[in-house]
Amino acid sequence: MTSVPMTQSSATESPDDRGSDGPYLQVEDLKVTFPTQDGPVTAVSGLTYSVEKGKTLGIVGESGSGKSVSSMAVMGLHDTKSAQISGSIRVGGTEVVGLSEAKMRGLRGNSMAMIFQDALAALHPFYKIGGQLEEAYLVHHSSASKRDARRKAIEMLDRVGIPQPDRRVDDFPHQFSGGMRQRAMIAMGLINDPSLLIADEPTTALDVTVQAQILDLLQDLQREFNSAVIIITHDLGVIAEMADDVLVMYAGRCVEYGTTKQILTAPEMPYTWGLLSSIPDVGASTDARLIPIPGNPPSLLRPPSGCSFHPRCVHSDKVPGDLCRTELPELVPASSGTAHLKRCHLADPVGVYTTEVLPEIAPELVEETR
Amino acid sequence: MTQDPNARAEIEPTEVGANAAETGDRQLTAEHSPETPDAYGSHEIGIEDLDFATLAEHGHTATKLDPLAPAVLSVDNLKMYFPVKSSGVVRRTIGHVQAVDGISFEVPKGGSLGLVGESGCGKSTTGRLITRLYKPTGGSMMFDGHDLAKLSAREMKPLRRDVQMIFQDPYTSLNPRHTVGTIVGAPLEVHKIVPKNQVLKRVQELLEIVGLNPEHYNRYPNEFSGGQRQRIGIARALTLNPKVLVADEPVSALDVSIQAQVVNLLQDIQSEFDVSFLFIAHDLAIVRHFCPEVAVMYLGKIVEIGDRETIYGKPHHPYTQALLSAVPDVKQAAVGGRRERIRLEGDVPSPINPPSGCRFRTRCQFAQEICAKVEPPLLQIGQRHKVACHFAGELGSHPASPVTTDLLGVDDQGSPVAGATPTNTQLTIPGYEDTWYDLKTKQTTGA
Repeated sequence: MTSVPMTQSSATESPDDRGSDGPYLQVEDLKVTFPTQDGPVTAVSGLTYSVEKGKTLGIVGESGSGKSVSSMAVMGLHDTKSAQISGSIRVGGTEVVGLSEAKMRGLRGNSMAMIFQDALAALHPFYKIGGQLEEAYLVHHSSASKRDARRKAIEMLDRVGIPQPDRRVDDFPHQFSGGMRQRAMIAMGLINDPSLLIADEPTTALDVTVQAQILDLLQDLQREFNSAVIIITHDLGVIAEMADDVLVMYAGRCVEYGTTKQILTAPEMPYTWGLLSSIPDVGASTDARLIPIPGNPPSLLRPPSGCSFHPRCVHSDKVPGDLCRTELPELVPASSGTAHLKRCHLADPVGVYTTEVLPEIAPELVEETR
Repeated sequence: MTQDPNARAEIEPTEVGANAAETGDRQLTAEHSPETPDAYGSHEIGIEDLDFATLAEHGHTATKLDPLAPAVLSVDNLKMYFPVKSSGVVRRTIGHVQAVDGISFEVPKGGSLGLVGESGCGKSTTGRLITRLYKPTGGSMMFDGHDLAKLSAREMKPLRRDVQMIFQDPYTSLNPRHTVGTIVGAPLEVHKIVPKNQVLKRVQELLEIVGLNPEHYNRYPNEFSGGQRQRIGIARALTLNPKVLVADEPVSALDVSIQAQVVNLLQDIQSEFDVSFLFIAHDLAIVRHFCPEVAVMYLGKIVEIGDRETIYGKPHHPYTQALLSAVPDVKQAAVGGRRERIRLEGDVPSPINPPSGCRFRTRCQFAQEICAKVEPPLLQIGQRHKVACHFAGELGSHPASPVTTDLLGVDDQGSPVAGATPTNTQLTIPGYEDTWYDLKTKQTTGA
């Protein structure tokens, strides 16, 4: 890398000119609103993040927090007739928001691809695995022959570790086991060497041993293709082992953003504390408490006033006045580092975390932190 | 809400009942029924207006083991073979899926046994056998002086109250066309244990126990969120005051923040009503938190069983070690990168035609000739620890030669030794013996 500072102006250039400088994916002030019978639902608002090539961003949050909606906006999968999308999404320098469907189709599956949670539902039961892989290849390689596509499909199946790929290529999805289906999905996502890969809960339905295999595979492939990867999951263990940066979402907003180490070892937002304390850890001391986040995620039809987490927050009484209830906190730099952002009114989150939260959820770590 | 963290720290699991009387009551009136605080003050099951939902918010530490608790359910050599039929007009049986093949364990009274393993290992089948949703092919399940495995449907009916089940998916396990009141009250009408005019009262009481608004008895399941639906499922399972609850992946369909609520609720229910749990889950961390004792299953067999500290701290079976090493750990964030793990190659073999000898040998890095020839017995190697492996040992110190040869009367390759007197190790009892086989001295020792 040279010392030339990266500038925003490069965004106007064509995707090919940009190559490796600057984040490959830049999302700025993204807002996604769906009109419903009961009124507009703002599923995502004010979301800003970026992912560089070769890096992995983990997005964490509950169902309905907007993590999938925002990634689907990146992929251009929302129905533009109903969903209102504002803000900016640049993939390799190309502005995706407002892009025509024809141009979007050229990008989707080619420079960016998505792996879905339920591989059985995402693969067509009626077509052979090979046929579905070939189709994904042929759509973006119009000059390629069917034979090339088949060779490519077998190559990809081999790459993702499916035994006897030249035989299994003619199998139907139901003939594959759960882990193999997920591998086939990954093969399909990567068949056009995309620079951006979005994995939406890629291992949630899988056994731990298979999950570990799939995560290994994703990491190897990322190294090989140098792609930017987004992993959407609610498993903080997966985040800890896979992600470089973490984005914590709640009720459509980013509530905390930072490196994996910052988020998981020095979180400064009560929702992140809640997530950490509500998941038992295989390595934790048996004196660690399992403290759930009270209540349920809010309805986005009528989001709570002020900080959207305040009805479930056990620390809001430490904020003077009614601030949590009346005013939405800004996303401001946290104390642990420049890249660490949080959205919370708490004056001394580090103090609260080390004296109140940590002794409950990981008593063995208290000494280390001090 | 009283959220003083110091107060929270003081509440120990043993004091659950005492604290509930003060904190629970106040919350209850504030949250659930502001107008009629005493409307549902019935104490049929002997609770004093407990609000479990509030209690659960304080969080719990892991459940502790009571080593002296007697067994409430004793499963011995349980087998379930599902026939595989040929296609065509004459559907002959051409084989059997050996879903559960000779497992033995005990569920302690008021305690929990966790059952973990990959999908297809037979853990859910075991749960369904115990609730007698399937009739076992062989073996026995002793409960309250009856062998559940041999009872007819008619004889089984009165016992069904005592053994209830919580299902995995709260979306498909509740009838969408029935109200919550009908769903939770149905067991009462089937077993006719309360008069018709009291059913509603009992239903509301149950809804309150599981942290739902008792006034919502006439709502339909679709009006509830996933976590609330699972609470309805739990209320239904509790309706008949069961002694044993089989919880089959009770939280895996729920959101992370809700999982802990339900796990804590189950812990409260256990300590209050002294219910025993067979807790089936693939999430090793949840099982570790909930169950002081854990059994690890692989392809229809228990490969290792023991108390939590042993299974998670010093596992002796290569499969348990691989399984544990594959769990992603949040603490890895401080270190960065992936944790070292044991790689298991390939998929679980088919249970129709399982590998000879040790079923795990096809994926085991320590497998030798003996593993294909002789099936390793589930050998007790510690006070509360049994393992089925010829090369049982802690991670990194698996022995070079099989530890079981003397017992089985075979040589290191698994061929029978002439004149040897094998101990009948296949006769494992469901519980633990006072003496066990010490791996180091290769002698039977005691405490």
